[in-house]
Amino acid sequence: MNARFGPGDAVRVRVAYPPGHVRTPYYIRGREGVVERVCGAFRNPEELAYGRSDGQPMALYRVRFLQRDVWPDYAEGGGDTLDVEIYEHWLEPTAARESTE
Amino acid sequence: MTDQHAGHDHTPPADQDGPLTYYQTMEIALRELLVEKGVVTADQIRAAVEAMDARTPAAGGRVVAKAWCDLDFKQRLIADGTAACEELGIDMGPTRLVVVENTDDIHNVIVCTLCSCYPRMLLGPPPDWYKSRAYRSRVVREPRAVLREFGTELPDHFDVRVHDSTADMRYLVLPRRPDGTSNLSEEALADLVGRDCLVGVTLPRLP
Repeated sequence: MNARFGPGDAVRVRVAYPPGHVRTPYYIRGREGVVERVCGAFRNPEELAYGRSDGQPMALYRVRFLQRDVWPDYAEGGGDTLDVEIYEHWLEPTAARESTE
Repeated sequence: MTDQHAGHDHTPPADQDGPLTYYQTMEIALRELLVEKGVVTADQIRAAVEAMDARTPAAGGRVVAKAWCDLDFKQRLIADGTAACEELGIDMGPTRLVVVENTDDIHNVIVCTLCSCYPRMLLGPPPDWYKSRAYRSRVVREPRAVLREFGTELPDHFDVRVHDSTADMRYLVLPRRPDGTSNLSEEALADLVGRDCLVGVTLPRLP
């Protein structure tokens, strides 16, 4: 599996609204976090949902977000985090990471 | 009609005999086709439902008690939850298990905001509250407020880590072993571990 990102990489979730069976929650689109781990390679649920099972598996990540970065008015602990599983095609490197490449 | 005596109610639960929804119709049609075409038998479907209904949170409790008693097992469990559970003879099927450990300053809680993904192989079917829109939408937004409603008060120095099961992983919380349990057997420890602390909305019972 060719994983584009590794643990610790800063990423942003793409802002897109494709129709169909999408497993990227609305609330996390456009948010920036850090890759917590690479979960392995899995087939894209957006294809599988329509019976297309011939696609190449792609990397799935757990991305950790600070709650205050997800919800601007988050009123609980400053160190609280939210981990979300996100498929690779939904992630893009943040500007901070691009500048070091 | 209500048949009431000795202060309790014998009214049977209402049959769900309203019109079928679109997806109920689809499920029945698909199931009947699979049986008609000989892909599976009706008894295989029944047996699969029976096996799933027979799973209970006791399996999750057994895993946690083992991890509390055996540090090497705990490390394997955190490195690869699926493989470690299979060591204990638990059939994990296709489940890819991630175990998240509570410490003295981190508390973990599990949700599936998109539907109701849940570690069924270890805990059985999820409770109704786990599937409710209120839990799913609120625990990612105000987890400490939700935990308080479950009676779980965390000290301020704790960080709360919410895990949203949006894709192929399933999650189990490894709670902290309660103080004062050093003399308990693994079996007795397993009894302290209820379903809700494995989802992270409560803490283990005290002995």
